[in-house]
Amino acid sequence: MLVIKNLKANVEGKEILKGINLEIKAGEVHAIMGPNGSGKSTLANVLAGNGGYEVTDGEIYFEGKDLVELAPEDRAREGIFLAFQYPIEIPGISNATFLKTALNEVRKYNGKPEATPKEFLDLLKEKSNVLGMDPQFISRSVNVGFSGGEKKRNEILQMLMLQPKLALLDETDSGLDIDALKIVSNGVNVFKNKDNAVLLVTHYQRLLNYIVPDYVHVLSKGRIIKSGGKELALELEEKGYDWIKNDELIEEIV
Amino acid sequence: MGNDLLNMIELRDFNLPTTKNEEWKYTNIVPILKNNYVLGASLGYENYLSLPLNDYFFKDFEFYKVVFINGIFVSELSDLKGIESGVIVDSLSNLQKNNSEFLSIHLNKYSTIENGFNELNNTLATDGLGIYVPKGKVVDKPIQILYLNGDNNENVLSVPKNLIVAEENSQVTVIANYRGIKGREYLTNALTEVYAGKNSIVDLYKIQLEEENSYHIEKVQAYQEANSLFNHYNFTFGGSITRNDINTCLGDENIESHFYGLYLAHKEQHIDNHTFVDHAKPNCMSNELYKGILDGQSRGVFNGKIMVRRDAQKTNAYQSNKAVLLSKSAVIDTKPQLEIFADDVKCSHGAAVGQLDENSEFYIKSRGIPQDIAKSMLIRAFAADVIEKIKIDELREQINHLVFEHLNRVEVKNN
Repeated sequence: MLVIKNLKANVEGKEILKGINLEIKAGEVHAIMGPNGSGKSTLANVLAGNGGYEVTDGEIYFEGKDLVELAPEDRAREGIFLAFQYPIEIPGISNATFLKTALNEVRKYNGKPEATPKEFLDLLKEKSNVLGMDPQFISRSVNVGFSGGEKKRNEILQMLMLQPKLALLDETDSGLDIDALKIVSNGVNVFKNKDNAVLLVTHYQRLLNYIVPDYVHVLSKGRIIKSGGKELALELEEKGYDWIKNDELIEEIV
Repeated sequence: MGNDLLNMIELRDFNLPTTKNEEWKYTNIVPILKNNYVLGASLGYENYLSLPLNDYFFKDFEFYKVVFINGIFVSELSDLKGIESGVIVDSLSNLQKNNSEFLSIHLNKYSTIENGFNELNNTLATDGLGIYVPKGKVVDKPIQILYLNGDNNENVLSVPKNLIVAEENSQVTVIANYRGIKGREYLTNALTEVYAGKNSIVDLYKIQLEEENSYHIEKVQAYQEANSLFNHYNFTFGGSITRNDINTCLGDENIESHFYGLYLAHKEQHIDNHTFVDHAKPNCMSNELYKGILDGQSRGVFNGKIMVRRDAQKTNAYQSNKAVLLSKSAVIDTKPQLEIFADDVKCSHGAAVGQLDENSEFYIKSRGIPQDIAKSMLIRAFAADVIEKIKIDELREQINHLVFEHLNRVEVKNN
């Protein structure tokens, strides 16, 4: 589904990603872990097409299509979704308007008819039930006055509504208490199936207790320095990131 | 034809402000002076009666209807049926004929002549609207005044002079709806005085949608008594050069004043908002929120003055003005002026100028929403906190619509 080859990217002229190689297949859940400043969020933003990040080298293929030249809205319509670490507030635009506009744009691009008001409401009811969201939220402005946990839930709701092929979750666990974390994780688990894929970006292992990854990659200074199964996350939790860094150093000397 | 000549107004006879005047530093009125104008009063309005005037009104809510054409009251098009007894809504000229008492008490008592435009209005205004709400009366529906200006054959000058008097414990909402008709360049030079008696509530909406080849000048001067609340909502869309002076004097204790403003300019429009909140007495509160959206080569000016006089202890005065520039060539000049002579006060002001936030735009686009809609959503978001202050639900969505229509951008509606 996603193939990343030797990806390098700059933010404000500074190189953050220094050659990332990664392949994600349908049905897989990958977790990218790493210390602050390692480039985790940069990777998620580059994949979603954030204009503040400049790809300087390498390739990204999504379902065989070259992503690098694609506008963010077209990436979304192709099936990429980024759940933001810091969701944006949009006063004056209701969640209903926002979701309906997004849903219909994605449908239109994929040659499907617009959702009827009933279809939209039924879908919304079904998905917001998964997340235990009060239906009243739909008439409120996007993320305005939402708590941190509500904002993250709203991100997952948008994901469930749009049904992307690849979901990128950028620090979705940050700022969540344990109950909210369970709800959000449940939303992701309801979402995932054999035809889609999830890339979790996280600093902490605790999210991976609820969303179990097939692969864990450790990012440090813009490179993936170690990959493994879910047990790698536990090892990291136990020994901290320094363990990897030392390991890496030894490998380099050898 | 001799009469027409008599009615030609030579603006240069009036001492109109130049950019050397500190209060007019950013607003050059020279383009206004190139025309000679005919007074609206001398044109008559018979030709206008066939126009679809109802289309100019904000609709889907109930209101009392008043029509002015080129500054002249048109009683046959106005509809004040059912207004509560004792409430007076009539043209200034009728009221003067009848020696209306409230006129002699209040007219020209609050606004002093500060510049040539005020003088022009004082000298030439033969009509305007007088509203009198007696003690304890609540006017149940807004009074919507259509000021339709412009002419096909003449450069017309409209000089309405308005007076709103709300006595003790009364309440009134007025919507001043300024519109133009396509034709020759014209000038509107209005002056509105507001008296908010003890414990009264006055809501004054101004929505300016004049033609793009017009000039619009208005001064609003309010005077507030104890415990009164005056809200001014100022929406500017039209006009080639617009200058608003919105002033209130808080003349007693426990008064509240709110100034909300949203102005949208594109092409080469110039919009200048000057506000003045004069705190004369203790324990009052004023709050000001102005926002501008500037596109093309337009220019905005915001000058907000807050005076806290020596007696005005325990004053709370806030001012915020923000502008978003949609193009590289749009310009805004802002100047907050705080003059504080009391020591126990809370005053703050904030100004911000910027572009639409790129990160927010990315967020919206990352949901599959195209760039033009993403920008429209952010424009709506920027204007939202001013528009949400409108108390009339139906008016709110019509103003939102005008935002997109005026900027010629795809509309985003909540439904």
